[in-house]
Amino acid sequence: MKVKLIDIAHARSGDKGDAGNVGVIAYDDKGFEIIKKHLTTERVKKHFEGICFGEVERYEMPNIRAINFLLHNTLGGGGTVSLKHDAQGKILASAMLRMELDV
Amino acid sequence: MKDKIRIASGQGFWGDLIEAPYQQVTKGDVDYLVMDYLAEVTMSILQKQKNKKPNLGYARDLPPLMKRLLPVCKEKGIKVITNGGGVNPVACADAILEEAVKLDIENLKIAVVLGDDIKDRMDELMAAGAELKNMESGEPLKEYKDKILSANVYFGALPIVEALEKGADIVITGRTTDTGLTLAPMIYEFGWDPKNYDLMAAGTVAGHILECGAQSTGGNFLGDWESIENFAEIGFPICEAYPNGEVVVTKHENTGGRVSYDTVAEQLVYEIGDPKSYITPDCIADFSSIKLEDLGDNRVKVYDVKGFKETEFYKVSCSYSSGYSAIGSLTYSWPKALTKAKRADRILRKRLENLGLQFEEINTEFIGYNATQGPLSKELDEDLINEVMLRFAVRANDRATVERFGKEIAPLILTGPPSVTGFAGGRPKPSEVVAYWPALLLKTLVEPHVKILELK
Repeated sequence: MKVKLIDIAHARSGDKGDAGNVGVIAYDDKGFEIIKKHLTTERVKKHFEGICFGEVERYEMPNIRAINFLLHNTLGGGGTVSLKHDAQGKILASAMLRMELDV
Repeated sequence: MKDKIRIASGQGFWGDLIEAPYQQVTKGDVDYLVMDYLAEVTMSILQKQKNKKPNLGYARDLPPLMKRLLPVCKEKGIKVITNGGGVNPVACADAILEEAVKLDIENLKIAVVLGDDIKDRMDELMAAGAELKNMESGEPLKEYKDKILSANVYFGALPIVEALEKGADIVITGRTTDTGLTLAPMIYEFGWDPKNYDLMAAGTVAGHILECGAQSTGGNFLGDWESIENFAEIGFPICEAYPNGEVVVTKHENTGGRVSYDTVAEQLVYEIGDPKSYITPDCIADFSSIKLEDLGDNRVKVYDVKGFKETEFYKVSCSYSSGYSAIGSLTYSWPKALTKAKRADRILRKRLENLGLQFEEINTEFIGYNATQGPLSKELDEDLINEVMLRFAVRANDRATVERFGKEIAPLILTGPPSVTGFAGGRPKPSEVVAYWPALLLKTLVEPHVKILELK
């Protein structure tokens, strides 16, 4: 079964130097079980192919049903140097929610 | 000791809603107003302003804002804490004092936190063994020393606590952590021991929730954003803090926006790394310990926060000059808008190549197609695309190269694909690229101090 991430979670993103951070928050416990199992580092790395050129770090926050990702080498050198329209990674959150998970 | 205090966030960044701080002090009861003005880029901009005029270098919105706030804050006993002093907090305090004199305000103490600016101490610090290695690349700062535009240590809450203990009505700081602005009044009012790391972490988390203004009260909320009411009159966040470290996040009644479990949770994950290790000068807060409870009526309780001992370092933020950049844009229309814009991109690249110009980087994006989601953008039936904006950005080490690029945009209108418009702003101008250099510095090498300016 395919599950659209946008149906089970919301998210917010921002910048940390040249890395983007994307926190994905499940709306309920069932949703958190799904993202905990299926929203893996590899899955996220593949999703952001051509956007994230570095390592992906993944941290679980069960207290708020969230997983935080750090996408390294993603913002074209970081906020002040970057030539990208979205130099601060504001849109990475909605880009993440485009993902479909095979559950 | 008070049994609770209410701390209001008035600004999430320099450039935020100008009316917000005034609303925060007039629409309901608060004890403190905290305003964060400083982003990483801001310090270098302020330093440039100070280089041109020695009495500038702070958030210039502050003195006129304080002119409006002072009579209200004075009457209600609301204290104001802000890092809007930038690289010249004394000049900022002087300008505010001048406004206070004009308003005939008496008995006013403005405290200025000094010592964060280490730009002029670089040689001395390096001689003392500080390498100020870039936290991302590991490079030592030495080779970039002459290009440095600004260098500041991030202070935490404690210098502000000292200012409050000295009776300050207004505290103006330079580079202070956003979270320290909110934590400080809690330490001061509740007599918290700075070695009680759970309490330090509780106040730090409250600060993180307040530091981006309305981003915790429904602004930029990616959940069910369409159901958020009255964005136009959005209420900025207020934290109601209790001596045991519990905090209730709320906003004034009769304001727009929403404070809910979801809006607060979304702000908690904003710009964090490892949630177990949120490092500030005051403590290491564990964001994976935070508990949230939605109390209804735009009130969310934040509790059970765990914290650990602070590190022996201050974070340092340096900025240095790193070449020039410029952005040109043109809008192409149906039919085949995207094909036209892509063709124009190729033409422009060829012309720049023929001119022999050397760029560090060229980046093309097609707004309306892939500028925000890159390769994740869906392929579109080109007949359904009404228009596409070609956004062409370049960066080079020398100004002349970037300036020459700026002259190649307009000619495309008469020498390239048709149905093109949107060139009204003149030639793209080179702007200086300021790069950011994060580093660490032993706390023992820097000493914050507090200066009091007084109107009797």
